[in-house]
Amino acid sequence: MGFVENIIKKSRLKSPWIVHFDCGSCNGCDIEVLACLTPLYDVERFGVVNTGNPKHADVLLVTGTVNHRNQHVLRQIYDQMPGPKAVVSIGACNLSGGVFKDSYNILNGAHTVIPVDVFVPGCPPKPEAIIDGVVTALNVLGAKMGLVPAPAPARMPGDEDVLQGAESA
Amino acid sequence: MNRTTVIPFGPQHPVLPEPLHIKFVVEDETVVQAVPQLGFVHRGLESLVRTKDFKQMVFVVERICGICSCIHANCYCNAIEDMLGVTAPPRAQFLRVIWSELHRVHSHLLWLGLFADAFGFESVFHQFWRIREHVMDICEATAGNRVILSVNVVGGVRRDLTPDQIRWMLEQLNELEKGVLDMSKTMLQDYTVQERTRGIGVLSKNDARLLGAAGPTLRGSGWACDERMRGYAAYKELNFVPVVEQDGDCYARSKVRFYETLHSLELIREALHRLPESELAVKLPGNPDGESVFRVEQPRGELFYYVRANGGKMLERMRVRTPTFANIPPLLHMLPGCKLPDIPVIVLSIDPCISCTER
Repeated sequence: MGFVENIIKKSRLKSPWIVHFDCGSCNGCDIEVLACLTPLYDVERFGVVNTGNPKHADVLLVTGTVNHRNQHVLRQIYDQMPGPKAVVSIGACNLSGGVFKDSYNILNGAHTVIPVDVFVPGCPPKPEAIIDGVVTALNVLGAKMGLVPAPAPARMPGDEDVLQGAESA
Repeated sequence: MNRTTVIPFGPQHPVLPEPLHIKFVVEDETVVQAVPQLGFVHRGLESLVRTKDFKQMVFVVERICGICSCIHANCYCNAIEDMLGVTAPPRAQFLRVIWSELHRVHSHLLWLGLFADAFGFESVFHQFWRIREHVMDICEATAGNRVILSVNVVGGVRRDLTPDQIRWMLEQLNELEKGVLDMSKTMLQDYTVQERTRGIGVLSKNDARLLGAAGPTLRGSGWACDERMRGYAAYKELNFVPVVEQDGDCYARSKVRFYETLHSLELIREALHRLPESELAVKLPGNPDGESVFRVEQPRGELFYYVRANGGKMLERMRVRTPTFANIPPLLHMLPGCKLPDIPVIVLSIDPCISCTER
């Protein structure tokens, strides 16, 4: 690993570029993601830049219900991002289908289509929670570059109960 | 020789966070035809009425659209209440107006910001989103969540306002109004804004009616048509006047939304001052039976609910008609003939809410 490469890696972590894809949310999570960029929360002061182009992005924020139509778009955006990359899944609908879970057109969560690194639950999660999710994603990204030790693997909220149940049985 | 080019717009696009896909057929820089493709946000929500009971459905309809969730719930609850033959108590009616108007203010401020962003005026975008946080603070303090409030239930509301909260809300509203008025000079008189919006995307008065436009798109073209004039909830007791502009271009539509924001603040203040004392919700006499229709005014226009029930816990059918659905034909009428750089301005000028439209 060359000296220059190392500098590029560290710079990518210091100023992560973010692409946001709304699969089909009710806009609740989208406006909270946008609110992170506006003056009250202003993540740009930490070097986080929102970009429209997946080829420039390090972190993918996914919101909304993944359905049979937009899963291909989501897959394409993920494939276009250069590696190493991290995915943050935001909101109850994106985690598991949420309130729409029983509906005929819904896949149960983004993790069924692409690998997800961080789960941010909530309906919608507050901007603070989203920022926290992105910071956690940066740790994941750092681990993928070999700069920091790998954090504990992400778990779907609610999975813990299932796992505990399996252990006791 | 065929000189046209097809440019795809969306589904993932920096201007609009929502997955709307439009194919633009352009000749040089001029748009000849616009072909929308929908279905990216379809969640099959209307079918959920058969698996969730009619009280649970309030929480589902709130998630049709996060920006005007309270108004969706308001409309649904009113439709079910009509079917059951009950009326929400007076205090609940006033509280519904307060929260609905808060959502309208936050939706319009959000739109004004996004609209400014569409013609490249980023500092205005940030200013509008900064003052919008006052509304989010009020929502969080009174209802417990910033975006989706879940205050409406069938038969009334779930939360009350204390006198302390009312006093605090009035202070916040004053600050909010000051912030909005500060922006009036930029939004309404600035040379740049006028250059980018005046005479763009014109919808004549007659076309607006023929194409069935709704909400600010209709009122920007000179029709005084607002569902709140019918006086549902507590609007009949409040001093409501629809905001109308004559020009029918993007500038007129942004003016309608700007003045509506100020008028909504007035309505909230009036409702807070005249909040009557009563219980918050009535007891329901049983399960709904029959069918019912209700219309309310969303920030984007007229919202229509049809529900049918057969006396069981689950409803039989629900149908929602949203204002953006009504505004897509006028949009497709406005686009041909415009220049390529004006597309984001015109598309945003109807305030598209794709998650409402496709459900």
